[in-house]
Amino acid sequence: MFHNIMNIISLWALPCIILLILTMGLVKKVPIYETFTDGAKDGFKVAVNIIPYLVAIMVAISMFRASGIIDSIGSLCAPLLSRLNVPVDTIPVMIVRSLSGSAALGVFSDIANNFGPDSYATKLAAVMVGSSETTFYVLAVYFGAVGISKVRYALLVGLLADFIGIVAAVSVCNFVFAG
Amino acid sequence: MNYIFYFLIVISIIFGAINGRLNDVVNAILSGAELSVKVAFSLIGIMAFWLGMMKIAEKCGLVELIAKIIKPVTKRLFNEIPEESSAIGDIAMNFSANALGLSNAATPMGLKAMEELQNHNKDKSSASNAMCMLLAMNTAGFQLVPATVIAVLIGIGYKNPTEIIAPTLLVTSIAFISAIVLAKVFERFWAKQTVTTEVCTLTPPLSQREREQFSASETSGRNAGEGAKTKGGEE
Repeated sequence: MFHNIMNIISLWALPCIILLILTMGLVKKVPIYETFTDGAKDGFKVAVNIIPYLVAIMVAISMFRASGIIDSIGSLCAPLLSRLNVPVDTIPVMIVRSLSGSAALGVFSDIANNFGPDSYATKLAAVMVGSSETTFYVLAVYFGAVGISKVRYALLVGLLADFIGIVAAVSVCNFVFAG
Repeated sequence: MNYIFYFLIVISIIFGAINGRLNDVVNAILSGAELSVKVAFSLIGIMAFWLGMMKIAEKCGLVELIAKIIKPVTKRLFNEIPEESSAIGDIAMNFSANALGLSNAATPMGLKAMEELQNHNKDKSSASNAMCMLLAMNTAGFQLVPATVIAVLIGIGYKNPTEIIAPTLLVTSIAFISAIVLAKVFERFWAKQTVTTEVCTLTPPLSQREREQFSASETSGRNAGEGAKTKGGEE
């Protein structure tokens, strides 16, 4: 029931927004075709502006992932975290989810396939992946688009919030699922 | 950012050498660079579409209307930005699109908001408080329904995937609120933006600004590259 409602909302959200914008434009006598093409012109420019920032961040992160350091950090944290009832296999999810969205989803899929639907690890990983956005990627794209290279406290805030999210995920899942 | 960039690359090279995966690390440079261009280019089409849509929404007063509705909230969060700025409406649309899980639409809207915030920014190369706040809102990734995760769970035969939604929503709300609070706290204590006295006081044309920005990123990239190389040599 609830699932169906959610499906309907996610199916209709986009068409409704588009209809609303176009209808309101027509009602207010905005030349919608001309205005659309005028705005769309910037699409290429913005995407190209992002490239240098994206290359810097994504090269650094893919090197970081390839070096195998994430596994090392994982095994370093394992004794402490397993005492807090955190499955060792979910540790890579915690580290990788701020770095790369596709990688986080990949690690989560691995956990889900290996441990199956009933395991605590799958549920915890699902909550951790579902509640996060890739901080480094967002930073590169959003600041890159307008040419900001001095990020001030933005990255620190993003990573701290990610950390709080992990702590929250562990405690909420412990309360809801581990029972 | 300079230190983090340096740190990520140096650590990767050192650990790659220790783990005997230096080859993988070097290959990752190519794959990472290739992937970032792919990502940027795949953004072009959808970016153009939503920037076009946003222009219509702006012209017909829809953005302004949304901005008015959420004014009580944004007045506190973005107190540097004048209320009549269309940035506020763009931010609201970016947040709503994120919440509905429409990341394809959310990014162009957020970038448009960033551009508006840049117009109010005193120092064009460093992030204003409002920009850091917008980024905090986006990195926390507030989303009502984690659609991709649910799809994976359904794929492995999870009987009741919607039981994930409530805990996820709780966690993402906690992260989202703490991101906003942290951004506000840092805003007060972090060193203020240094307003560089620009040589050219006339309104600089866009092309010149871009040129500056490109040459700046080029030199910093080169320096960091050299740093990484020498460090790698010592290893």
